[in-house]
Amino acid sequence: MIPIIQIGPLALPTPGLLILLGIWLGLSFAERFAPRHGIPGDRLFNLALTGLLTGLIGARLVYVLRYPAAFSANPMDIFSRNPGLLDVWSGVWIGLLGSAIYMQRKKLPAWQTLDALTPALAVFAIALSLSHLASGDAYGAPADLPWSIELWGEHRHPSQVYATLASSAILTFLWPSHKRLLDLQPGVYFLSFIALTALGYLFLETFRGDSQLTYWGIRSTQLFAWTMLALCLGLLGHRLNFHKP
Amino acid sequence: MMLLLGAVWIWYSRDTTQAASKGGKAIPRTGFYAPDFSLQTLQGDTITLSDLRGQAVVINLWASWCPPCKAEMPALQRVHEDFSTSGLVILAVNATNQDDLKAAERFVGENGLTFPILLDINGEVSRAYQLRSLPTTFFVDPDGMIQEVVVGGPMAEALLRVRVERLLGDMPQ
Repeated sequence: MIPIIQIGPLALPTPGLLILLGIWLGLSFAERFAPRHGIPGDRLFNLALTGLLTGLIGARLVYVLRYPAAFSANPMDIFSRNPGLLDVWSGVWIGLLGSAIYMQRKKLPAWQTLDALTPALAVFAIALSLSHLASGDAYGAPADLPWSIELWGEHRHPSQVYATLASSAILTFLWPSHKRLLDLQPGVYFLSFIALTALGYLFLETFRGDSQLTYWGIRSTQLFAWTMLALCLGLLGHRLNFHKP
Repeated sequence: MMLLLGAVWIWYSRDTTQAASKGGKAIPRTGFYAPDFSLQTLQGDTITLSDLRGQAVVINLWASWCPPCKAEMPALQRVHEDFSTSGLVILAVNATNQDDLKAAERFVGENGLTFPILLDINGEVSRAYQLRSLPTTFFVDPDGMIQEVVVGGPMAEALLRVRVERLLGDMPQ
């Protein structure tokens, strides 16, 4: 766990840096292969930038609207750099909406664009699990195993390492330069990535020590992953049948 | 078939002990109990964290040489003035083992801070709270559970107010 990198008087939050690095590396990686899906690299970059910016602004605006009293005394806090003043899920939806509007305006085909974005998502998934490793978030359940790690006062499953390995395996399996991927129908590449990621969460959530539980001790992340898997498999079936000769 | 296996796995791997969602230990992170401590204030009184059960507590670790720590102190003072009668306790734990006590006292006097300033002379709280960066702020609910940790600063006053109101919302009426 390395939550802070101290460079002289400067304390840099490692998880945030890893996330930024993941976004930058992922986008650079995806830009390289985007033309194979018929999407210009710069359009893909602008699409991601639009999503990130609208998401960020939207997340802050929704937060301000939810807690107007807190900001009325300090209106300049609207421009604060504190990430704690963001409504994350609203930001995600607004970012997706912003991206969708950009795609429509630039007449980018949906499935091909999602395929082109997939390498960026795969790299980002690795960066996310590494950021969890740095912060100690998404920690594992207590376990006395030869490969357990000491975290938060106990020997635990290295759940962040499991997630990093799973994400790396998915990226390797879906490496964008593989020849077989060129023959896939539009959307199949993206849906395969989401299905594999959901499968990974479905399995690996078992080893987490911080799961949100629903009825009968069922983990809510597993339920969400199962639903995503079912949806992706359905859509994959539809895409493959739809394009059958 | 894959979906059926997935459903079986979800049922098989469910957490029947409900252990995953409970942080029974005292560890300085969200979802766990705040490690207990007893420290002296600048005035010589002793404050013990566990004595404050039932109240919302903000623990702010700071030092007088740290610019962001100093920058967020006026906001902490204003929030203290607005919410102390509602049950909020702000504990500003000075990392005295890495600070100049005289400079800390001068800063407190100049800024008219009226919430308790605790002196961590031996660094025991810094160690127990795994302090890695100054300032670090812990929001502790009336049950003694850490609801949020904010590493670094200065914190926006709006952030402070939202978190404090949330903590006070958890107070028994």
